[in-house]
Amino acid sequence: MLKKTPRHGKNGRNGHKAPRVSELPKITIQTDTREILAHAAKEARAEDYFIVDVDAHVTETAFWSEVVDRMDSDVYRQMARAFKDRGPAPGLLNATPGFLHQDVFGRIPHQQRLAEAVPGGRTHAQVTLVQRAMDSMGIDYMVVFPTPMLVLGMHPQVEMEVVIGNAFNKWLAEEILPQDQRIKAMLYLPFNHPEESLKAVERYADNPSVIGYSVTSTRFRAVNHDSYMPLYSAIQATGKPLAFHSGFHWGDQSMQQCNRFISMHSISFVYYNIIHLTNWIINGLPERFPKLKVLWIESGLAWVPFLMQRLDSEYMMRSSEAPLLKRRPSEYIQDMYFTSQPLERSNIDLTEATFKAIKAETQLLFASDWPHWDFDLPNSITTLPFLDEQAKRNILGFNAAKLFKLEVPKHKRLTAKTAKTNVRVPVTA
Amino acid sequence: MDEIAVGRLTDIADGDYRVFALDKIEVGIFRTGTKVLAYENVCPHAGGPVCQGKIFNQVEEIITPDKKSAGLRFGKQRHIVCPWHGYEYDLATGCHPGDPSVRLTPVKVTVRDGQIYVSLPE
Repeated sequence: MLKKTPRHGKNGRNGHKAPRVSELPKITIQTDTREILAHAAKEARAEDYFIVDVDAHVTETAFWSEVVDRMDSDVYRQMARAFKDRGPAPGLLNATPGFLHQDVFGRIPHQQRLAEAVPGGRTHAQVTLVQRAMDSMGIDYMVVFPTPMLVLGMHPQVEMEVVIGNAFNKWLAEEILPQDQRIKAMLYLPFNHPEESLKAVERYADNPSVIGYSVTSTRFRAVNHDSYMPLYSAIQATGKPLAFHSGFHWGDQSMQQCNRFISMHSISFVYYNIIHLTNWIINGLPERFPKLKVLWIESGLAWVPFLMQRLDSEYMMRSSEAPLLKRRPSEYIQDMYFTSQPLERSNIDLTEATFKAIKAETQLLFASDWPHWDFDLPNSITTLPFLDEQAKRNILGFNAAKLFKLEVPKHKRLTAKTAKTNVRVPVTA
Repeated sequence: MDEIAVGRLTDIADGDYRVFALDKIEVGIFRTGTKVLAYENVCPHAGGPVCQGKIFNQVEEIITPDKKSAGLRFGKQRHIVCPWHGYEYDLATGCHPGDPSVRLTPVKVTVRDGQIYVSLPE
């Protein structure tokens, strides 16, 4: 943390005790996560919230050789290793246009790379990085997802998604999750291959650190296809949720109309989840799998009331096209779960209306998306002026604890009545 | 109002900046020639360590007389960029280029006899 190095022996001019002065570093890719998040740590120390971060990320490509070593096929292992001779490129992974635009061309170092020093020894470097972020933000559990693999669903070779997805799951289950019970995962499903996805569910169904399964939304697959029904049945039987984690893809022909990353990213992250959620509802999947809990990740929230109104409106005129529905589409959506990041809050009245529409008090889960450039802190929730204390606590952690059956430490089982609040200046947007 | 000496003007190269943690406040001090400006090291967006970020010149888009885009270039206005999320602020005014109501909190700073003094807010 910050090193207090007194400078200039004679400080102060009015005879008061000399205050301490220490210099703070400029933040680069080498800066320690704890220094980058020092302001967040200050807030966390002043608060006592139980926090589950339902969406944070590991950087799997930083440890790619460990993933490659776990590929089932010796041929694919050889192929991936062959890339090493051509530099650090993560062999076999599909690259997506714009991936390197995310740090706004050097303006946001933690998006570019966490190249800080980590101690050697038994603790895996990735675990150390996650722990530093958790401790700084006051997070009790962190659910980790991959990063470049968020677009693996666009890989032209279906078998490559299977090989890489399975190897990544193995890496997480063997190297990362056992080292800290606070780190959890919703395992990667190679969704372009329904049968292999089913095998992945069965493989990890009893792993307590695997608290659910995820589909990366960036792909061209209809979630209502019959080939997925055995998969959904199996996930429902585990009692663990199914998440759709969105992403962007500038290679998508629609997105190629956007000439700036900001335009493509703003739309693309929402676009895929709009399509999948629409297919999910209109094809009556909530009626077919009434106990399957579904979670939508990293599209923000503003799109949800839009889709609720749009689908309700059309459903009332064309109910014959959605015969499995027994309620309005918006009512099914209100049973679903959503993560908060990136939370739109430039118009606080709209944010409040959105929270009301999606029943945020029971259905919304806090997510940071750390270490990505548009990450949110717990203060994105704690400073919302329209939420009461219990709603804040539910969104920050209790809703997730219930959904994922996570243990809440005794000292954090507070209710709004006993909790102390700490108010800071609201953020602006 | 208390003043704290944080260093000599010559400790900061022309065009450069340094950030200091004092007892109750963190302050970024930016030097241009013999002048200095200071802002609190707190981004009004999410509380990030804005002054510990990088300086970039403002990006401008060149528009031709017939309203076509002729590409991008760096202008003269200098921006400090919050390293948390990329919020940019004009160093001269402390304001966000797209919404001047989102602005850094200025801190009074003076140079006397080559020494930089920060006035602590009450």
